[in-house]
Amino acid sequence: MQPSARSTAAAQPAIPAPEKISTVLNVNGVETRLNIAPWTTLLDALRDHLDLTGTKKGCDHGQCGACTVLVDGRRINSCLTLAVMKDGATITTIEGLAKDGVLHPLQQAFIDHDAFQCGYCTPGQICSAAGLMAEGKARTADEIRELMSGNICRCGAYPNIVAAIQQAMGRS
Amino acid sequence: MINFQYARASDIADAVRQHAADPAAKFIAGGTNLIDLMKDDVERPSRLIDISRLPLKTVEETAAGGLRIGALVPNSDLAYHPLVAERYPLLASAILAGASQQLRNMASTGGNLLQRTRCSYFYDIATPCNKRAPGSGCSAIHGLNRMHAILGTSEACIATHPSDMCVALAALDAIVHVTGPDGERTIAFGDLHRLPGETPQRDTNLQPHEIITAIALPAETFNAHYSYLKIRDRLSYAFALVSVAAALTLDGGAIKEARLALGGVAHKPWRNPAAEAALRGKPANGASFKEVAELLLQDAKGFGHNNFKVDLARSAIIRALTQAANETPQSQSDKKIR
Repeated sequence: MQPSARSTAAAQPAIPAPEKISTVLNVNGVETRLNIAPWTTLLDALRDHLDLTGTKKGCDHGQCGACTVLVDGRRINSCLTLAVMKDGATITTIEGLAKDGVLHPLQQAFIDHDAFQCGYCTPGQICSAAGLMAEGKARTADEIRELMSGNICRCGAYPNIVAAIQQAMGRS
Repeated sequence: MINFQYARASDIADAVRQHAADPAAKFIAGGTNLIDLMKDDVERPSRLIDISRLPLKTVEETAAGGLRIGALVPNSDLAYHPLVAERYPLLASAILAGASQQLRNMASTGGNLLQRTRCSYFYDIATPCNKRAPGSGCSAIHGLNRMHAILGTSEACIATHPSDMCVALAALDAIVHVTGPDGERTIAFGDLHRLPGETPQRDTNLQPHEIITAIALPAETFNAHYSYLKIRDRLSYAFALVSVAAALTLDGGAIKEARLALGGVAHKPWRNPAAEAALRGKPANGASFKEVAELLLQDAKGFGHNNFKVDLARSAIIRALTQAANETPQSQSDKKIR
């Protein structure tokens, strides 16, 4: 096979493929051991290794927020996180928010307020909003908008997203 | 992304040792910028040395009356830390003006200092860029340079430093603590970042294998008269076209001390000590602020698409200083500029 233009241009000596690294993640309450290459992002580990495809790959560069999950209770972009670096961490994805068949208040609020059209950004929006509620820094609609600015909605459902989050904040 | 090896550092000395053993290695903490650059093949480290578990995550008061911030304190924790929010609101405000909450949760204090320019040509490996590929040329000088620098540029590079936090740290005269193969040393914040000159590939004056361990803030907080004003293409989650960190101490209506740092206009957070000194003793009013803005921007030069930045910076300087003098700092949630 011909080397690609990129690798030729870079003219860097080949680096041997490293061994896969044993990594333990507690995902949605289930402890899971994975053998993964170091470049596997947490997003790819969730989607491709654990079949948790609720977490979405949008831009894959930390610009859209579709990949937002909670790591040890804090919202982060899983596309810019190496899974091996989160060995031992507790991960919550959209699949882990409902409890005993009852939707999380944010999930219910997004339905009540029709806070989406295509739905692709929704798992990230909801995980981000869960992180926002745990942080407790947003009180006003302005503050919700500002602290949710890392989640882009191409359909423009923002007014309903803010209303849904306000409803969930009122309940909790 | 190319293949790379991965190893965790057990302590600071081990991190330095591992880096010295593999000079093509990179330290990784939050990874928000490095992973992105690796996905675009701009950064091609042979090995990532994971320093994220090192015990550098505390904010402590210093004997000198300031704060010592561990290099691994996440940006969000730093902005919301009670000692920072109360004593150094300029820093808290600047941090909250940058990125998104997800990214601030990931990004480390030290890593924020070392993030690289968002120049689109630096990111595009199909184009010449002296910062990414020294000697290949600068695509931005005659290209799409709307986001680019107007101060301290060179023929080799007109990139800007992207950080908001660093603009406040520059204004506050922070001190950077580093550890390298020869031990520990400190760097005045203004000496950390470089102007591009003929070597734009070097963003900082860190020596090989050195690692940032802490940032120290002096006792002077400027927590009465300050403002961080960031002007950008959308109200949140965008890099600065121009930003201003303004801090004053006043004696009646007169200025005792002024600090003024600009973001989005140069290869480093931009300060001009002569301009700041010229404000001392002057009345804290629009005429003084206009004078200092002219002084700061007298050598400013646009490259076509970014010519507007000179006027924008002048207005932003005057506005931020007015906000600081009036004790009405720019809100980072209600974005109305008053």
